[in-house]
Amino acid sequence: MEQFEPKLVAFVCNWCTYAGADLTGTSRIKYATNVRIIRFPCTGRIDFMLISKAFANGADGVIVSGCHPNDCHYTSGNFHARRRWMSFNAMLTFMGIDPERIIFSWVSAAEGAKWADIVNQSVEKIRKIGPFTEYQKLVQSGIEEENFNG
Amino acid sequence: MSRIGVFVCHCGENISATVDVAKVADDSSRLPGVVHSVDYKYMCSDPGQTLVKEAIKEHNLTGVVVAACSPRMHEPTFRKACATAGLNPYLSEMANVREHCSWVHDKGEQTTQKAFDVVRAMISKVSNNGALEPIKVPVTKRALVVGGGVAGIQAALDIANCGHQVILVERSPSIGGHMAQLSETFPTLDCSQCILTPRMVEVAQHPNITLYTYSEIESVDGFIGNFKVKIRKRARNLDEDLCTGCGLCTTKCPQKKIPSEFEQGLGFRPAIYTPFPQAVPNKPVIDHDNCTYYKSGKCKVCEIVCPTKAIRFEQEDTILDVEIGAIVLATGFDIKRSDFFPEYGKGKYKDVIDGLQFERLASASGPTQGMIRRPSDGQIPKKIVFIACAGSRDPAKGIEYCSKICCMYTAKHAMLYKHKVHDGEAHVFYMDIRAGGKMYEEFVRRAIVEDHVNYTRGRVSTIYELDGKLIVKGADTLLGAQAVEIEADMVVLATAGIANDGSEELAQKMHVSYDEHKFFAEAHPKLKPVETNTGGIFLAGACQTTRDIPDSVSMASGAAVKVAALFSSDLLTREPIVARVNRIPGPSHSTCVGCFMCQPVCPYQAIEREEIKDRAGNVIKSLARINEGLCQGCGTCVALCRSKSIDLLGYTDNQMHSEVLSVLEEAFV
Amino acid sequence: MKLGIYPGCSLTGSARDYNESVFAIAEACDIQLEQVPDWNCCGATAAHNMNKELSLALPARILAQAEKVGMTDIVIPCAACYSRLMVTQHELNNDPVLKNRVSEIIEMDFKGTTAILNVVQMIDKYVTPVLKDKIVKNFSHKVACYYGCLMVRPYKVLQYDQHEDPQGMDNVIRLLGGTAIDWGYKVECCGAGLTMSKTEIVGMLSGKIVKDATRRGAQAIIVACPMCHSNLDMRRPAINEYTKEKMDIPVLYITDAIGMALGIDEKKLGLQRHFVPVKMAEYIPPVPEPKKPKAKEPINNL
Repeated sequence: MEQFEPKLVAFVCNWCTYAGADLTGTSRIKYATNVRIIRFPCTGRIDFMLISKAFANGADGVIVSGCHPNDCHYTSGNFHARRRWMSFNAMLTFMGIDPERIIFSWVSAAEGAKWADIVNQSVEKIRKIGPFTEYQKLVQSGIEEENFNG
Repeated sequence: MSRIGVFVCHCGENISATVDVAKVADDSSRLPGVVHSVDYKYMCSDPGQTLVKEAIKEHNLTGVVVAACSPRMHEPTFRKACATAGLNPYLSEMANVREHCSWVHDKGEQTTQKAFDVVRAMISKVSNNGALEPIKVPVTKRALVVGGGVAGIQAALDIANCGHQVILVERSPSIGGHMAQLSETFPTLDCSQCILTPRMVEVAQHPNITLYTYSEIESVDGFIGNFKVKIRKRARNLDEDLCTGCGLCTTKCPQKKIPSEFEQGLGFRPAIYTPFPQAVPNKPVIDHDNCTYYKSGKCKVCEIVCPTKAIRFEQEDTILDVEIGAIVLATGFDIKRSDFFPEYGKGKYKDVIDGLQFERLASASGPTQGMIRRPSDGQIPKKIVFIACAGSRDPAKGIEYCSKICCMYTAKHAMLYKHKVHDGEAHVFYMDIRAGGKMYEEFVRRAIVEDHVNYTRGRVSTIYELDGKLIVKGADTLLGAQAVEIEADMVVLATAGIANDGSEELAQKMHVSYDEHKFFAEAHPKLKPVETNTGGIFLAGACQTTRDIPDSVSMASGAAVKVAALFSSDLLTREPIVARVNRIPGPSHSTCVGCFMCQPVCPYQAIEREEIKDRAGNVIKSLARINEGLCQGCGTCVALCRSKSIDLLGYTDNQMHSEVLSVLEEAFV
Repeated sequence: MKLGIYPGCSLTGSARDYNESVFAIAEACDIQLEQVPDWNCCGATAAHNMNKELSLALPARILAQAEKVGMTDIVIPCAACYSRLMVTQHELNNDPVLKNRVSEIIEMDFKGTTAILNVVQMIDKYVTPVLKDKIVKNFSHKVACYYGCLMVRPYKVLQYDQHEDPQGMDNVIRLLGGTAIDWGYKVECCGAGLTMSKTEIVGMLSGKIVKDATRRGAQAIIVACPMCHSNLDMRRPAINEYTKEKMDIPVLYITDAIGMALGIDEKKLGLQRHFVPVKMAEYIPPVPEPKKPKAKEPINNL
């Protein structure tokens, strides 16, 4: 059987992790191709609606990464993101999404190698958990529409 | 319908070696909205940029996606190119296919697919971009400097010499700060007052500087370029225009035994006083707590003797409203006093003094005219012990940091003592000698080698008094922690430097962050050392951490340059990446429900309350409003808003949603 | 008023006198002292030099025993025992894993909620409030209060008094009508456990303490630790050898001083068991002369 290639979306902040991922590039450290990086000004900007949307549209896993605690370019955005993640965690379980599919990490602009590690580990992790098909099954079975109509 | 141009860069071979750039360009050309798609060897080169500019004109593009390196590298380049070709610069985006793709993956289908996914996502995003205009904020070209020590003086003079108006506010009756109290300064041993007082006079006489002494900041509102500040000018009980500063009142005041703040309690002052003879302004103030008239309603000797009839007992504090464009905080530091140390007598031994007290003893204008005499009986101490790091670098005392200035001033003190008491013996207990600085190490060596100061590496565990001597018990850690006992006549503690009294309240008034020790926090420890997190407020001197005179002066000049740069144009231009609360026609006016949950999460206090009123002036709705002068564009409020009423320009919900959906498009089959 | 007490080994042996005076003042102040049931050794110096878990398990068992019978406050007169129990409670409360491990070892639940009091804390909490009415004779003596090491350090663990210049006993002495002097050896080392192996070192260290107290005119040294007491009192021959003169300053427990002020019989306080006879003249502090207005000239007029 062919190996499952998970699709991951990384939501990262501009100042630390995006720059850290740039450093991974300038240091030519190789990592898995499964991740697509989306740039935000700050992890504090990351609306968890976007993460839900990513899952609804075929992502198997999500990485959220920003500045280390106390290093936020905007003083405290990463703390708000972390706090929001705490409450979103319970919501995910309720929605039937395994919270393990979201990887939360801090990667600074100097941690190019760490970024590669995070991506590789996350890909491995999601590969083990398997594809996220629950939402598609739900759509295909038409339950969603039925519920709305009746 | 958008008309988007896609430009795929080879970056020499940096991208094209692993990504099939021609395929990316070709596939992109078939995406909806794309009217032009090319690949080129070096997009950032002049011909590359020309390619973009010409395509914008030729195809009448409404959006540009450059698939090349990181936007952190060349986003400004391509935005500028777009602007030259007449396209709003914020309608261009970069797809990072080098740092995030070609450099980190091997050549292959997967890599090309990823590059294409990223380009597709950016095409999607850019079709939702809106044209943005840089924000222009008017600037009031008047600076406020808080604190009249050497840092405040320097900052005020530098700004004023650039031709801008400066208001200098000082809490005490005179400017000068701690530097005015010092005897001589390291490493040159030049007299502190001799170099400072001309600067003080310059401040007083400078046509661009308005000096408010005996005044404090009452409140601060507004934002960069547009602060509104209230200054409380405390009553001096004096008509300052009439007072000539003759000082007759101070000599005739019957209260003569009030410990002088300036002399660190070693000398006395009357109730109507100037802190020191060279005070600027040289006009006295009345200390209500000690004045006989304010205590008993009788006396008024000063009023009677005043030749110009300048005394005003009934005078009250005045509040001044001023408009300010930029603020420099230079409120300085304080030191721990000897009563902070139970092991050194908790202040009960008069001859255990702190560094500032020693400065006054050594100062030619001090209470002993520069003779080193001990406070208890006025004898000249024949054996003196200096204890460095008293409180500093001591987690048990809650002060983990190094106070930085003590090594140097302790060496100076020991040297001054030896110069004044030739047959005296000076001992210094230290942890490490930290003498980093121009001529600093040489200075300490001079104290040891030429002036024969005995340096002992070790700490002092306790001091107690025995038969009129102070027994100093310490250890010599270079001799195997051998116990050392010295019978000293006087002990000088180089006590820890701490944040100045009231700095926490001031930081809160200014919305400036501060650290756990109440020192003001800089915006970045390396690259923004004089900025604060609040735009338009800068730091100078020891209010950020304890520092010596050269460092304070350089920092003050640095802050002054920041202010001058801010004042260099009439309008302040800022990136338009700011949050905005939506507005729709009445009766709703906005989807904002006015919960103001966004207010506490904003690190910049940029969210204000806006009241919508009907024609009769009744408030019909309260809305959040983002102050674009203060907003830094982090977007935390956007993610938090429960009714999705705030959006971040440049990273709007539409843009981000389309980017996320689009990047996953191929996966959803 | 009931209060738990953990006596440890010394109070039943070399410091019987201390035990007697603690119980005597407790009785006089209507405090019933109840021993922690089935108590064991605190581990003293030996345990924590050999095995960390043992050194925590021994005191933890004592505290668990007290918790079991519902004692909320226990007083520990011996400063060494006090230190061991405080350290244990502090370490275990800050390390849940270790706490579970120790609970397993002692096969008992350990909550770590007991209020552990040293003798001065007990006095402050239970004796001082009722003291005023019970004093029959002021303790009119000039004394040097000696705290030593374990009662005040490490501050991080004990959070008691100001550890460099403690005032707990000094305040009690003042309450009793006595005079507590300011001196230099309040928290210096007495030589502690070297009393057996290196008596001459104890002679030197304790000698410095006794000498400083004597030359400052103290009539007695006040202590609250059995170890300090035996070194300063019992080791007087070694001390005299160091000082080269006969030192006859008596060493009293703080509880002795309270007992004397309360008029408790000297035998009941165990004073006769001290090696240096307890004999002190009455000391009335001189009334300070009224200050002459010119006496304190400012330093600028020197």
